[in-house]
Amino acid sequence: MLKPAIAAALTFATAGFAVADTDHSKLPPEIQARHGLMANYAINLGVLGDMAKGKTDYNAELAALASANLAAFASTDQSLLWPEGSDAMTADGSRALPKIWEDRADFDAKSDDLATAATALAAVAGTDLAGLQSAMGGVGGACGACHKVYREPK
Amino acid sequence: MLKRSLAAVALLGAGAAWWLTAPTPLSHATETALVTAPADHIQGEQVFWAAGCASCHVAPDAEEGDAPLLAGGQAFASDFGTFYAPNISPSEQGIGGWTLLEFANAVQAGVSPDGAHYYPAFPYTAYAKATPADIAALYAFMQTLPLDATPSKAHDVGFPFNLRRSLGGWKLLFGAPTGPAVTADDPVLQRGAYLTEALAHCTECHTERNALGGLNSDRWLAGAPNPNGKGRIPNITPAGLDWSDIDLMAYFTTGLTPDYDSAGGHMASVVQNLARLSEEDRMAIVDYLKAIPAVADQPSDP
Ligand code: HEC
Ligand code: HEC
Ligand code: HEC
Repeated sequence: MLKPAIAAALTFATAGFAVADTDHSKLPPEIQARHGLMANYAINLGVLGDMAKGKTDYNAELAALASANLAAFASTDQSLLWPEGSDAMTADGSRALPKIWEDRADFDAKSDDLATAATALAAVAGTDLAGLQSAMGGVGGACGACHKVYREPK
Repeated sequence: MLKRSLAAVALLGAGAAWWLTAPTPLSHATETALVTAPADHIQGEQVFWAAGCASCHVAPDAEEGDAPLLAGGQAFASDFGTFYAPNISPSEQGIGGWTLLEFANAVQAGVSPDGAHYYPAFPYTAYAKATPADIAALYAFMQTLPLDATPSKAHDVGFPFNLRRSLGGWKLLFGAPTGPAVTADDPVLQRGAYLTEALAHCTECHTERNALGGLNSDRWLAGAPNPNGKGRIPNITPAGLDWSDIDLMAYFTTGLTPDYDSAGGHMASVVQNLARLSEEDRMAIVDYLKAIPAVADQPSDP
């Protein structure tokens, strides 16, 4: 059961969140699932990022919750989400570059890097705003490091 | 007789073209300012990250650490062929034996130690606007970076672009592209303009070019086709970018957009560099982006 204070902050923080423009129901399930995973990253990170920026007030409980979610999502095994032949050149609706399958070990390592950064964030996000702010860059960097190499630009 | 004078005129024309396209080194005054500038490593490190030297000069799969290995080898495809970034570590294969003046002439005038033109894939037309103090500091800092012995790779460029001399004409045409003037008595905006145009060369990617490759000053930072193929590099004038100051600061620090997606493509490297600058410098860039004229997307832009 969410405490009312958290629920209220949540509505505010996620209002106006952009919806992806692809019709997801027509995509292969693995691509839908990984877009869903990424959307979960973005929503939880959004709650934390808005606090770090000062767009919303710092709320320790909500910060602890969102960062624990993010760490949990990032720590799941993702091997089933990235089958061969589901890259942007072969499948519609994906921006995953074929390079993922040329260097799978590095791709997986970048996924682990996010899990490490998100776990570090979860350890401090609920303590105070300064803690949250100090660990945000690590997570943002981990998202970007993978997108830079393995996702097709818009 | 007539034939003879025609030949003489032709010869004179060719001579003038040869002279005009000859590499021009930095002025004497600039050289004096360079050698008398204090070579401050700390300042040099800030210039190094702001200017994004590592983004192009680390090996293709290297991660950017605090003391990057500038081994070179990344490929830059263009309409003229493929360029490979050379080794610029302080080793024999890199810039080990170079003097400050040789270095400054390369980075700011696009002229090599043996007097040849560099290709504009190396953004020296932007760095030309950097202050002598910043270049002297950059040189000092780069001497402290680790050595690498990888030989630089030859470019894969066809005729006539393989003639470095032909670049002289290009440089004559596009030597110093300039952006919109910002308030002269606002030091923060001036700093923002300096970082954006001279060091971080945001313009090189975010401003479209004419048929010959020169920047279009009328559409400064208003977006450009992506040289790597798909999509467009976004318009970052106030007409294209409605992000708040806070959102821009967060993007330049963490790479996260207001929707909490992350910067992709080449912008991801740019953000890694910007994140190493002082908060004041990032804020100056934000202020500058808010102050430049809004240029709407062209109807043909997607
Ligand atoms: C290990 C690599 C990797 C990491 C780490 C990663 N991403 Fe992604 N992300 C991708 C790839 C690849 C795609 C493109 C997937 C596709 O379209 O098939 C993507 C797509 C996305 C999308 C677009 C989804 C859509 O519906 O098109 C968002 C948003 C996103 N990522 C956010 C994040 C955030 C936020 C983080 C960090 C918390 C993150 N990602 C971390 C690889 C990664
Ligand atoms: C956009 C990519 C890019 C960036 C950013 C960049 N360079 Fe380069 N650089 C190149 C390329 C490509 C060449 C090869 C040019 C040529 O051979 O004509 C080059 C050449 C050079 C050379 C000549 C080396 C030689 O062996 O002759 C030096 C020195 C150099 N760069 C230093 C720097 C410094 C210092 C910075 C940062 C202030 C920098 N570069 C930023 C791409 C880049
Ligand atoms: C090497 C090319 C390159 C350079 C240099 C560069 N950018 Fe970018 N920039 C891009 C690309 C590509 C994107 C699109 C990123 C994406 O797809 O996520 C982008 C996106 C952006 C965005 C987000 C805009 C939006 O609507 O999504 C901003 C803001 C931005 N750049 C500002 C800058 C500034 C300021 C500089 C200089 C400090 C700079 N850029 C230098 C290539 C570059």
